[in-house]
Amino acid sequence: MSAPMAHLRIRRGSAAAMPRYDEFVVPFEDGQTVLDALLWIRARRDPSLAIRYSCINGNVCKECTMAIDGVVNYACITRLRSDAPMTLEPLPGKRLLRDLVTEMRPPRERVR
Amino acid sequence: MSHIATDVLVVGAGGAGMYAAIAAARAGAERVLLADKSLVGRGGATVMAQMTVAAALGEECPDEWTAHLEDTLASGRGLCDEALAAILCRDAPARIREMGEWRVGWARRADGRIAQVTAPGHSRPRCCYVDFLNTGPAVAATLRRRVANIAAIRRVSNLNVTDIVTSPGTADGTADGTADGEAIGAVALDVAAGEPVTIAAGAVVIATGGLSRIFARNSASANMGGDGYALALAAGAELVDMEFVQFFPIGHLAPRLVGMDPIMWDPFRYKLGGRLLDGNGREFLADYGSDERDGYTTPRDLATYAIHQEVAAGRGSPHGGVYLSFAHLPAAALADAFGPVIERLARNGIDLGRMAVEVAPIAHYHMGGIAVDERMASRVPGLYAAGEAVGGANGANRLSGNAIPEALVFGERAGRFAAAHAAARADRADRALGWPRGAGAEAVARIRRLAEGRPGAAQPAALLEELRALMWRDVGPFRTAAGLARAAARLAELRALLPDLEIAPGRAFNPTLVDWFELRASLAAAAAVTHAARHRSESRGAHQREDFPDTDPAWARRQHVHLAPDGTFAASPAR
Repeated sequence: MSAPMAHLRIRRGSAAAMPRYDEFVVPFEDGQTVLDALLWIRARRDPSLAIRYSCINGNVCKECTMAIDGVVNYACITRLRSDAPMTLEPLPGKRLLRDLVTEMRPPRERVR
Repeated sequence: MSHIATDVLVVGAGGAGMYAAIAAARAGAERVLLADKSLVGRGGATVMAQMTVAAALGEECPDEWTAHLEDTLASGRGLCDEALAAILCRDAPARIREMGEWRVGWARRADGRIAQVTAPGHSRPRCCYVDFLNTGPAVAATLRRRVANIAAIRRVSNLNVTDIVTSPGTADGTADGTADGEAIGAVALDVAAGEPVTIAAGAVVIATGGLSRIFARNSASANMGGDGYALALAAGAELVDMEFVQFFPIGHLAPRLVGMDPIMWDPFRYKLGGRLLDGNGREFLADYGSDERDGYTTPRDLATYAIHQEVAAGRGSPHGGVYLSFAHLPAAALADAFGPVIERLARNGIDLGRMAVEVAPIAHYHMGGIAVDERMASRVPGLYAAGEAVGGANGANRLSGNAIPEALVFGERAGRFAAAHAAARADRADRALGWPRGAGAEAVARIRRLAEGRPGAAQPAALLEELRALMWRDVGPFRTAAGLARAAARLAELRALLPDLEIAPGRAFNPTLVDWFELRASLAAAAAVTHAARHRSESRGAHQREDFPDTDPAWARRQHVHLAPDGTFAASPAR
């Protein structure tokens, strides 16, 4: 029996480019989060995948907010699934910067 | 290219940085720039802190700041910088009461007094908190509100300061050739744009927190990779006590806990005690001289040591830690102490009435850091430090509850004295508005070059993973000469790879560009820790050498290091 895997479809690209979806297969462990899977992908498959996160698992910074299977949630507290593919997309209604990263900064907190 | 001129630049917007900005504005700085590589007030360690804050308020019983100082010095195992420790303990009550006035929401007794509990190492109940597990988030939210209401403070998020810029040598350059220039600003990466920014500043405060992220097992947020230590070293400042990394003994290990910080068990140890058990269900702390008959009293360095020894002897729990159990307590006591946290634990499949959890040491806090005087000034004129980035106050082992007071107390001083420095340099600040020709040019060029993207032999993200695994294995809670030598050699190899690493194309929010700068900083911080740990041939507090298990009275001194012109570490004379 093969080890359980999680299948992720992740929307990639910037506001200027046509969006595409990349697929990643990630080793699945019970209890893992979506953010765990994204960090695994960045370290071992594709470091160019842009994500926002800070507190990692405290659910205090709110930076990892994204659309997970169409529902807005925090990647750090959403459990990974191995029984069905998961689709990850940037937060809707915010300007897209790159991949899963949107402009979350209030206008006053930008360089210009 | 964007250019910002400011009186005081504060690098890092956690608790210390936000307070430094408030204090600088209060001291008259008309322009304060509060920059964070993450989002202002959302990153760093303060927002993660679920525990307690020590201050001799005397709400529960008579207390004096001098008693707090005595406990701090004892916990520091003879190594504290007493002047800094005294400032910390003396000013903590004013800062903590001020946070109360700013409506942080300290937990209170029925009669309105601020509740204070006895954390390990304290001689009396001295540690206040915000229920439940909200101390850090509440402190951060309170400071964010204050900062937002001060017109002089400009906040910039996703601004990653990569270099402190110093003036090209002072006229009275020292005879040994170090000729430290004065800090006149910084160069930063505007992450969202992928472009350099120059910042002219009358003074700079480094408030970037610690380095626990350079260890594989940690309780850190993403931006605790040691940035401030690397910035300070490169600018010519000294670091002190770099070998003393606090490993928090009972970090959560299993079952997988989501939505909670791994250090969350400590407040419940304060309230309820709880039992530490080996893999066979036997209490073991008494074997190491801490029987906990009087409650939760075991200091962090001793608990880390005991747990490591139990695991090494084959008596660990299934995931390589020990058990923490509250199952002997009545359900009503658990419900009272844990409040809504019981529900959050249930969602993680944890029922404390029926089961124990597994815990193990994790990197949590750095006692070492930038060497400063009582004004929080480093040896580089115009360069200040605040919060965890400062070294020395906590010696070889930080007392529970001293981190948030340190953020607020040192933040207040750093902001105030940095503002005074900037005011006294008003002439220079005016010149700086024009930004001296060529200032920071090398750092600007580096950002531009890297942002172009390039192929490379390895990925910065993969090397960061390797660095963290290496530091945990060889420079973690237990150290040997062989392991430290292996770490030092590999760190040097990784450093040599920096010029040849792959950077993905695309400027906007390019994560590989951020990784590259984090790797550069983490390598410098890791090398400083390893260097100091190799030299200290004894065990003391958080620095445990398996090959030198005893504390050596001859080593009752701090190590200062700085960068020599050839890029190696040099020890400063003992003092």
